[in-house]
Amino acid sequence: MFESILITIATAATPLLIASVGELVVERSGVLNLGVEGMMVMGAVTGFGVALATGSPWLGVLAAIMVGALFSLLFGFLTLTLVTNQVATGLALTLLGLGLSGMLGEGFVGQPGVKMSYLYIPYLTDIPFVGKLLFGQDPLFYLSIILTAGVAWFLFRSRAGLTLRSVGDNHTSAHALGINVIGIRYLAVMFGGACAGLAGAYLSLVYTPQWIENMTAGRGWIALALVVFASWRPWRVLAGAYLFGAVSIGQLHAQALGIGVPSQLLSSLPYLATIVVLVLISRNRRLTMVNTPASLGRPFVPDR
Amino acid sequence: MGALHGSETVNLLEVRGLTKIFGALKACDAIDLTIAKGEIHALLGENGAGKSTLVKMLFGTLEPYSGEILWNGQPVRIANPHAAKKLGIGMVFQHFSLFEALTAAENIALSLNEDTPISTIAAKAKALSYSYGLPLDPYSLVGDLSVGERQRIEIIRCLLQTPELIILDEPTSVLTPQEADKLFETLERLRSEGKSILYISHRLEEVKRMCDRATVLRHGKVVGHCDPRKETAASLARMMVGNEVKAVVRPPSEGIEKASVLLEIRNLSRKPATPFSIPLRDIKLDVRAGEVIGIAGVAGNGQGEFFEAVSGEALQDDAGAIRIRGKDAGRLSISGRRLLGAAFVPEERLGHGAAPRMRLSENLLLSRHTTDRKAFLGLAGLVHSGAVKFAAQRIIAAMDVRKSAVDPEAAALSGGNLQKFIIGRELDRQPAVMVVNQPTWGVDAGAAARIRQALIELARSGSAVLVISQDLDELFEISDLIAVMHNGELSKPLPRAEATLEKVGLLMGGAEPGHAERVLEVA
Repeated sequence: MFESILITIATAATPLLIASVGELVVERSGVLNLGVEGMMVMGAVTGFGVALATGSPWLGVLAAIMVGALFSLLFGFLTLTLVTNQVATGLALTLLGLGLSGMLGEGFVGQPGVKMSYLYIPYLTDIPFVGKLLFGQDPLFYLSIILTAGVAWFLFRSRAGLTLRSVGDNHTSAHALGINVIGIRYLAVMFGGACAGLAGAYLSLVYTPQWIENMTAGRGWIALALVVFASWRPWRVLAGAYLFGAVSIGQLHAQALGIGVPSQLLSSLPYLATIVVLVLISRNRRLTMVNTPASLGRPFVPDR
Repeated sequence: MGALHGSETVNLLEVRGLTKIFGALKACDAIDLTIAKGEIHALLGENGAGKSTLVKMLFGTLEPYSGEILWNGQPVRIANPHAAKKLGIGMVFQHFSLFEALTAAENIALSLNEDTPISTIAAKAKALSYSYGLPLDPYSLVGDLSVGERQRIEIIRCLLQTPELIILDEPTSVLTPQEADKLFETLERLRSEGKSILYISHRLEEVKRMCDRATVLRHGKVVGHCDPRKETAASLARMMVGNEVKAVVRPPSEGIEKASVLLEIRNLSRKPATPFSIPLRDIKLDVRAGEVIGIAGVAGNGQGEFFEAVSGEALQDDAGAIRIRGKDAGRLSISGRRLLGAAFVPEERLGHGAAPRMRLSENLLLSRHTTDRKAFLGLAGLVHSGAVKFAAQRIIAAMDVRKSAVDPEAAALSGGNLQKFIIGRELDRQPAVMVVNQPTWGVDAGAAARIRQALIELARSGSAVLVISQDLDELFEISDLIAVMHNGELSKPLPRAEATLEKVGLLMGGAEPGHAERVLEVA
């Protein structure tokens, strides 16, 4: 029982983690893309459709990544090249994604999907208690952990990551040093889009292998909140994703056990937790100021 | 290339007819400039003369409209800062191009070649910084450092690229006189190593002291080349400004000791508002009717925080910490303090002192709607726009504000003219207490002289004037007493007659008895 709860928590946390880590890289470069929900839901519908058509969940995942990146490229073109308002453009991207995915996915509703098989590592899976949790998961679970470690290494150990952080901290100075601000931001935005697409595919290929309209159900917004929650640090994103995963699974179990709390209140718990955490971390100003990308959301127009 | 023709050597850098146009403005108009190997070349000019535009073209952040740049005799195109660095041009910026949330070593790493391993940079930077006498802790966060320390990072960062030509843009404006001396030693050492230096400044004394040749710009044009050591400060100033700047007259102040205290600051302390700001520690100061008190200090030592506390942008817990004309004002808002007869001019002109996209008359109303309620507002708070516009024109005439339209947007004015308007807006009320932060920062010499004279006249008419400035020359020109702010503490005010440049400089570096220990304690 306990073991299965842990596994479901991991399943609930993985899409949040993947989408958040992607958005973290975007925000570290100084761009605020509020369109995570839209890119995620586009990834979900694409992943489902391609897997259904080809029978291969992996092709579905690949297609979802590409669609997520393409969708974010649209955001990049609007905000970085045409210098539109990032907040408004991000919101528009979410609305566009929700609408477009509903239309594209109309024929998929009610169809049985393709489920990605789990990866059982022989012997290790038999370790009591944590065996299945750590070694008997779906492949994307492992990918999400590798992704977090990779992003943490990239941002804080590599020169390219340092460059990306510098662009997010002060784009004018970065430009004066000869760093290609817009180019780096394009790459970061597309990485974020690819991650959001992947997170969406996780929902429609692993979490619940079917297509339901609007199936991301606000997870894109939680992913955005998580980035702030984690004060823009990858390993804290992991901790936060699992915390939020636990809260959302906890409310399902509380409902099943018939605990006398209205289900609506329990469903709102992750959002309440986000607000509480946002208030709490904003009290520690040093922590937020050192980690917050100072150029976040500010458009960059070099003078020539 | 590089060949010698008799005794004549090829210049390291030669600029021919370099022009840059912004809209209708010729920021640089056919500039000619040569820099030889191993010389310190001064680029002189007032604010807005085109100095920054010129060096930005040399460093590749701006593209010239026309003209030619020769490097070692070869024509080159400097498309971006990367290309400039490749040629061997390094630059130390006036407005720091540092990243506050990164460490010193990370900041340095960003400007070095891709193939320099990141792990070795900290050690390299430390070694180089000590060899040039500019000690630096590579692991400290830039946001925590003082302005002087930040400049060291900029210089070390530049030197690590082993440039042939180093461009320094107003490097001493953020240093104490002693720190500046250190910098001059470093520059002279670099010259002896055969490096060339392009030194931008409007401080004539240091140019005379150190530079081999000077090029003077005015309104985007070269008005002369000279040997600064053969010129006087006055003759250099004449070249920069184009005509004589009227000297500021400071009539003697008499009987001030007996005059009443109009602004009283008692035990003013303030916790740091952000992780990178300075706490204020137990500040005491009396400003009497009829006197100008100047507050000197290196930027970032709490002057901004002090101004916010005095003006009411930040309230105090203790209402008695600030008293204006004998009344407790510590818990009053800006408007409340204005109603007591005080006036405030913040450091930042655009965005703080004035709303950039609003007209001058609207900006006037924004700051004076409570104090001049009767004149400017009618029934139910409706604006008497005629009265406001009339008052705006009165201020424009009184301060000689030059503008292109009758009532232009604040952003359309040049820095000096907008500053004259903002100061005039407060002077127009004849305030009993006037507090100004950086009254002439980035203002041309003519406007600066006018503003300084107006502040002195206000004091002599019976008001108390408090001026916070980084410009020591300015403070010596207008103040009756000079106090120094260092690390959030304010020294005792020195009478103008006793205040020497050396004394004030030492205080700026934190060398007050009893003060130094506390600084060490904090560090």
